[in-house]
Amino acid sequence: MEQERISLEQVRHVARLARLALTPAEEQRLQIEMSEMLDYVDKLNQLNTEDVGPTAQVGEPGITTREDEVTNPSAADAMLANAPARDGFFFKVPKIIE
Amino acid sequence: MNSDSYEAVIGLEVHAHMLTRSKLFCGCAADFGAAPNHNVCPICMGMPGVLPVLNRHVLELAIRTGLAAHSRIEPHSTFARKSYFYPDLPKGYQISQYDQPLCRGGYVELPPREGSEPRRIRLVRIHLEEDAGKNIHSENASLVDFNRSGVPLMEIVSEPDIRSPEEAVDYLRELRGILVAVGASDGKMEEGSLRCDVNVSVRPRGTSELGVKTEIKNLNSFRFVEKAIVYEVKRQIEELSAGRRIPQETHLWDPEREVTRPMRSKEFANDYRYFPEPDLPPVLVAPDLVESIAAAMPELPAQKREKYGRDFGLSSYEVGVLLGRDDLGDYFAAVLAAGVNAKAAANWVMTEVLRAANESGKPLAQAVPPPQQTGELLRMVEQSRISLNAAKNAFAAMCRSGNTAEATVLELGLAQVSDEAAIAEVCDRVLAAEGAKLAEYRAGRDKLYGFFVGAVMKAMGAKANPKVVNEVLRRKLAG
Amino acid sequence: MRPSAVFTQMTSELNRLTIAEASARLRRREISSRELTRACLDRVAAVEPRLNAFITVTADEALQQAELADRRLDQGDAPALCGIPLAIKDIYCTRGVRTTCASKILDNFVPPFDATTIARLRAAGAVFVGKANLDEFAMGSSTENSAYGATRNPHGLERVAGGSSGGSAAAVAADECLAALGTDTGGSIRLPAAYCGVVGIKPTYSRVSRFGVIAYASSLDQVGPFARTVRDAATVLEAVAGPDPLDATCSGRPVPDYARALSGEVRGMRIGVPKEFFVEGMDAAVDSGVRGAIAGLEELGAESVEISLPHTDYAVAAYYLIATAEASANLARYDGVRYGLRAAADNNIELYNRTRAQGFGAEVKRRIMLGTFALSAGYYDAYYLKAQKVRTLIRRDFELAFEKCDIIAAPVAPSTAFRLGEKTDDPIKMYLSDIFTISVNLAGLPGMSVPCGIDPEGMPIGLQLIGPPFGEEAILRAGDAWERSGKFAPPRSRL
Ligand SMILES: [Mg+2]
Ligand SMILES: [Zn+2]
Repeated sequence: MEQERISLEQVRHVARLARLALTPAEEQRLQIEMSEMLDYVDKLNQLNTEDVGPTAQVGEPGITTREDEVTNPSAADAMLANAPARDGFFFKVPKIIE
Repeated sequence: MNSDSYEAVIGLEVHAHMLTRSKLFCGCAADFGAAPNHNVCPICMGMPGVLPVLNRHVLELAIRTGLAAHSRIEPHSTFARKSYFYPDLPKGYQISQYDQPLCRGGYVELPPREGSEPRRIRLVRIHLEEDAGKNIHSENASLVDFNRSGVPLMEIVSEPDIRSPEEAVDYLRELRGILVAVGASDGKMEEGSLRCDVNVSVRPRGTSELGVKTEIKNLNSFRFVEKAIVYEVKRQIEELSAGRRIPQETHLWDPEREVTRPMRSKEFANDYRYFPEPDLPPVLVAPDLVESIAAAMPELPAQKREKYGRDFGLSSYEVGVLLGRDDLGDYFAAVLAAGVNAKAAANWVMTEVLRAANESGKPLAQAVPPPQQTGELLRMVEQSRISLNAAKNAFAAMCRSGNTAEATVLELGLAQVSDEAAIAEVCDRVLAAEGAKLAEYRAGRDKLYGFFVGAVMKAMGAKANPKVVNEVLRRKLAG
Repeated sequence: MRPSAVFTQMTSELNRLTIAEASARLRRREISSRELTRACLDRVAAVEPRLNAFITVTADEALQQAELADRRLDQGDAPALCGIPLAIKDIYCTRGVRTTCASKILDNFVPPFDATTIARLRAAGAVFVGKANLDEFAMGSSTENSAYGATRNPHGLERVAGGSSGGSAAAVAADECLAALGTDTGGSIRLPAAYCGVVGIKPTYSRVSRFGVIAYASSLDQVGPFARTVRDAATVLEAVAGPDPLDATCSGRPVPDYARALSGEVRGMRIGVPKEFFVEGMDAAVDSGVRGAIAGLEELGAESVEISLPHTDYAVAAYYLIATAEASANLARYDGVRYGLRAAADNNIELYNRTRAQGFGAEVKRRIMLGTFALSAGYYDAYYLKAQKVRTLIRRDFELAFEKCDIIAAPVAPSTAFRLGEKTDDPIKMYLSDIFTISVNLAGLPGMSVPCGIDPEGMPIGLQLIGPPFGEEAILRAGDAWERSGKFAPPRSRL
């Protein structure tokens, strides 16, 4: 079998970072697909970018800021309306482990 | 090796809640104490599609802090996303500053301790970031409140320049003084306005290589910072002395048992996958903005200390005591404002006021009279209306009763008699009654002078002005 | 024919009007918004079972909005979009109307707020027919990656509508509404516009507020309209564009009067034709259709010049690193804590892992994985940073090109709409559908798709017009001139 670009263990590590439970079949498929994609993006290494700066954003320079004013009305019920589970005005979640 | 052959190397990361009306990126109230999830909106709850917009005032407060700490204000800084999952982190990332912070470098100068030189603790950086919400853990579920989510924080990172637990506290105290002076924070550590992460390592004295550090997270009082460092330094020295190695770990301070203990280690805990925040363009700070902020800087703690020393003739020790506590410093300033001699006011505040506050165990404002009344009392001493001793008695009474100086002095009959005629009359009476002693004195027994003073004072119920008594008595004794 | 029959005939056709026509008739009170809306809703009811352009149809709300619009129209002085039925890609947060982003993870999410663009359309009196289908989280080129089923092409039901805004494009093409809003991150407006034979505009990055538009890749996402004519598209764009205090990246520039740009006059306009966009393997019909349209513009007095965009071939690779990296963070908020799907779990880690596993579709997972990898320790420089540098090169290509030309003309895609299922097993093949659109997003430029022909099977071909930053007026003028020249009449859907 041809060696894939990334290992299954790497796929699992990335899935842990991304908090995605993957089935073994998904892990294997993603190993192949991610490997293919990484092979494809290798073409970027044909370009010499030593003296090229990165572009993170393409908007105009300068940032819109806001006054330090409280503009939002308190609307707890509306903000909690989509809560999958709540306890009074708290969002309720399963026990937190570190 | 014993513990003296090691030195501690300490760096502090302080997170300060900034004093703003609204949150960092949305128009929700930033104050505390609201019912759970009452200060939230789609933005600080990380709903789909929302975007952050930077609170302009936060920028100004951070620049003021940077200037106060002699930092370089970067003309171009950026925000970044720091990714991790936790229920109180609504977006799954924190908007923070990473490789391009708002302020770099600078230092905090510590006031000299007795017998030591002033020290500078260098800063690495000051940056802006948003706070997370709060989880309340219970038996088999947790509750989440996002009121704190998005509240602006300033993170101030020091170089590992600190060498002792005491110095760490001095640094924190000074930093807090700066933050409060520039209006960036209320400085209330107990209320969580300042949180501190401490990096501690030890190394053999005389070496310069850094040891492996332990990070102690989330210390929220000066006392805990000091205790945690003392504990951790001792622990590390013991480990090293026993030939063991210090693993790089993150610890939590357990205030109950007064120990630090390692957090459960997550193998991938540190891969935060920082990348530039695409929703916020770079922050461009024009030189004239920095200049205008610099031109309107408030008085900083170091400047105040210098002024106190210079204008009031106080020693650096006295200045240190007075300004070492915000409440004491404020009290002193208010007594001064009542028009009292600075030296006298300083002595009084450092002794009587501090003692009364310490003995009562109550906050200063509740333990002692309002500073205007203390000022009033000290003015009576200056004007010789009462004696210093009488003032002490009156002060004690005022602490208990809450009455004014005037009323207390009157009630206790402490007013001093300075009327020369009245004092002369008593002197005449005393001398007449003590004819034998008078003769001895006049024959050269100078030592008896004190006897006559005592007798006059006693006859006047200790209310006579000693200065006037002296004058009159000397005249009369001379015959 | 009795008058009432004529009337019936007329009202049944109202949904086929352009905005310009409908708006004029609404203002003259010849028709009511209620009738117009009813006609659209009837059409929706008739074609949706075959087309699946909508995830949610908001018939009741639409009729209420129409009534309000009619009242405003009665009073006179109503804005251009007052009473006009629109479709909204289900990626825009709409207060009180569920917003799914075509994902199971948001199946039950009802936003308590409106996107800025939605608020502006509401204020203008527009009517919302429903929330249009899309690829889940806008990740796709065919609208097959929807948790609510694929949208089909109104010109051939066995074909894809293009993506990710396939529902919006199909709804406009099938006369279910008069215009629609979509979003374009790598071609998601222009590609479905081309495939469905309608006009689609992706404005300059920062021209339109992104607030309330569910983020896929924030440095690339841009909002834009679909319509049946360039003029109509310009009307919608003008209504939603402009500064927004809720979007820090939104430009402060005032919005031009786009209608004034539609002079029909293109004499002297220099049209750059990038040689890299006419590649081997391209459909012959696409090649000739696009070249024909360029020749048509030349006949109207424009000049064409050959230009080069040498880094075109690297755009897809750069895009898939940048977009997925941003997406990996943007989609971290779907954790089952505050809204949306929540899987049963005993602790928070299980909660995240299971909710996200159950809630996201295969393509979304694939992109989250790739993006997470590209940002992870040890790989950031080699992948994410490298892609950002190539983005700089791509941007420079365009800067240099626009020294030689006023606008650029090119195909939108190398082929017409492909068949459903044709590319679903080959992600990279699917990604390459966007080969001609993606570089425009990387550079933040305005781009538009205008129908310019059909292939032998009757499937529409799109002409892509690209402008320099904030060059919307130039591409609108050229597109409108081409459209009005009458050299090509786009076919109507045969549904
Ligand atoms: Mg931090
Ligand atoms: Zn908020």
